[in-house]
Amino acid sequence: MMGLNTSDETSMESSPILTLEQVGKTYANGTVALQDFNLKVEPGTITSLVGPSGCGKSTVLKIVSGLGELTSGHLTWADNSLGRSKRSQRNPHKLAYVFQEAALMPWATVMDNVRLPLKLAKVPKRQSLEAVSDAIAQVGLQGFERCYPRELSGGMKMRVSIARALVTQPQILLMDEPFGALDEMTRGKLNQELLALQYQRNLTILFVTHSIYEAVYLAHKVVVMASNPGRVIAEVPIASPHPREPDYRTSPQFNRYCRDVSHCLYQAMGDSLAIAL
Amino acid sequence: MVSPALEQQNEQAQAQPMQWFKSLLTPDVLAPVGVGLIMLAAWEAAVRLTNTPPYLLPGPILILQTLFKEWPTLLPSWFITLKIAFTALLAATVSGLLVAILFAQSKWIERSFFPYAVLLQTTPIVAIAPLIIIWMGSNTFAALVICAWIVAFFPIVSNTVLGLNSTDPSLVNLFKLNTASRWQTLWYLRLPSSLPYFLAGLRISGGLALIGAVVAEFVAGTGGNQSGLAYQILMAGYNLQIPRMFAALLLITCSGIAIFAILTALSNYLLKNWHASAVRHES
Repeated sequence: MMGLNTSDETSMESSPILTLEQVGKTYANGTVALQDFNLKVEPGTITSLVGPSGCGKSTVLKIVSGLGELTSGHLTWADNSLGRSKRSQRNPHKLAYVFQEAALMPWATVMDNVRLPLKLAKVPKRQSLEAVSDAIAQVGLQGFERCYPRELSGGMKMRVSIARALVTQPQILLMDEPFGALDEMTRGKLNQELLALQYQRNLTILFVTHSIYEAVYLAHKVVVMASNPGRVIAEVPIASPHPREPDYRTSPQFNRYCRDVSHCLYQAMGDSLAIAL
Repeated sequence: MVSPALEQQNEQAQAQPMQWFKSLLTPDVLAPVGVGLIMLAAWEAAVRLTNTPPYLLPGPILILQTLFKEWPTLLPSWFITLKIAFTALLAATVSGLLVAILFAQSKWIERSFFPYAVLLQTTPIVAIAPLIIIWMGSNTFAALVICAWIVAFFPIVSNTVLGLNSTDPSLVNLFKLNTASRWQTLWYLRLPSSLPYFLAGLRISGGLALIGAVVAEFVAGTGGNQSGLAYQILMAGYNLQIPRMFAALLLITCSGIAIFAILTALSNYLLKNWHASAVRHES
């Protein structure tokens, strides 16, 4: 993967922004959501988590974001101010979360929705205006600033949600099946734009999906997970260079990676089925 | 796909007086008005054909005539009843909102106190009105307002509590991630989320405040020196002035409809941009 990068970022990429070691999560009712989960997230890359429903993909994001607590193991940030301290003391601007649904405030315009994180951080309106229109422009929603969410299509709502996440210039972007509810065409288009955005701004993204194709298309590294208990069964580096054009989807390389990932996935599902039986 | 919708909205805004008049000519308005007129005509005809004496059942025309003739005495009474109802509604709105916000602060507060809010709702106002009137002594107005307030309070509280607890869980998480304070979450998320629920409660309470005011006046009877429409109805009943009784009743009914219409318009105005209940469907 690193050899294919043109610049000399290799030394930077070798130190992960975030490391999860032996992380476990057990719910109060005894359900083991995660067991011995290990993950390294390199700065400036997209890491996809792919796996069947209930394999703990979303739990990983919850733990990383601090919305959920881990019950064992360690979570380490390269930048200390991101983790360790309590959520209330953490600088909120370093981490952003895009949910499965757009989660917009229906009573607020696109502009007010995007401005929300800055408003909560008590940034004065005038100062936040530039960042807001910048974020709106980045997701291609100029001209829709005064629209209300109900006037927008599903894909546009998701763009607003992404703009809201970008407005604080986060160090890491957590995305939980953000395009899962969209139609195939819109999904493909947003995948494409997300890749372009990631490349331009060198974003670090942790992307949860149940689509193998999406995972491979976007990611520098695909982490394949299995359920009962949630665990990593394989890490597949996707060595194809970024930015990837839409025709990458039809390349033999892409197909080979998809086959590899789905092979891992179905093998693990077969195993767990065997155990369950 | 968005710009046509917006243009349409702009056009609607420009042509509003015209639009308003046109909206009166839709089947939604014409049909009930037609039914009403037919019923009134049938009523008038029945009264005339059967020669029913006015002290048993007056016809609509006589009722209208009485309303105009008795206007000087009915008008002050109407104002008094409206004053009681609006004061009670205002008190119920303010206290209901504050109590709902308090309930929403912790599950424990809600658990501990909500049953007592229900108690207010289930207490028959007719039964306790005399007690309240006695307690308030010479201040009949305050006693009547309290009675109407008791009736109007609960729908606002229960609806607003429901609304405050119906926030989108993803948005709640988003606020948490952005380290929003309790106050910010209340002000920017929970209160706006609860607005449609609160307004639905307000519409119910508007009618109830009026009913509460009239019922309390009935119980207070003819004792007070400032007497509302219920007093007029009681007196008309004693004196067998049935047309006058109907005229007073007509005023109460019209007030109730007007309160409902005003609150519905307010609700539609506040929610017009976002809530499904108020959004005009283009398709």
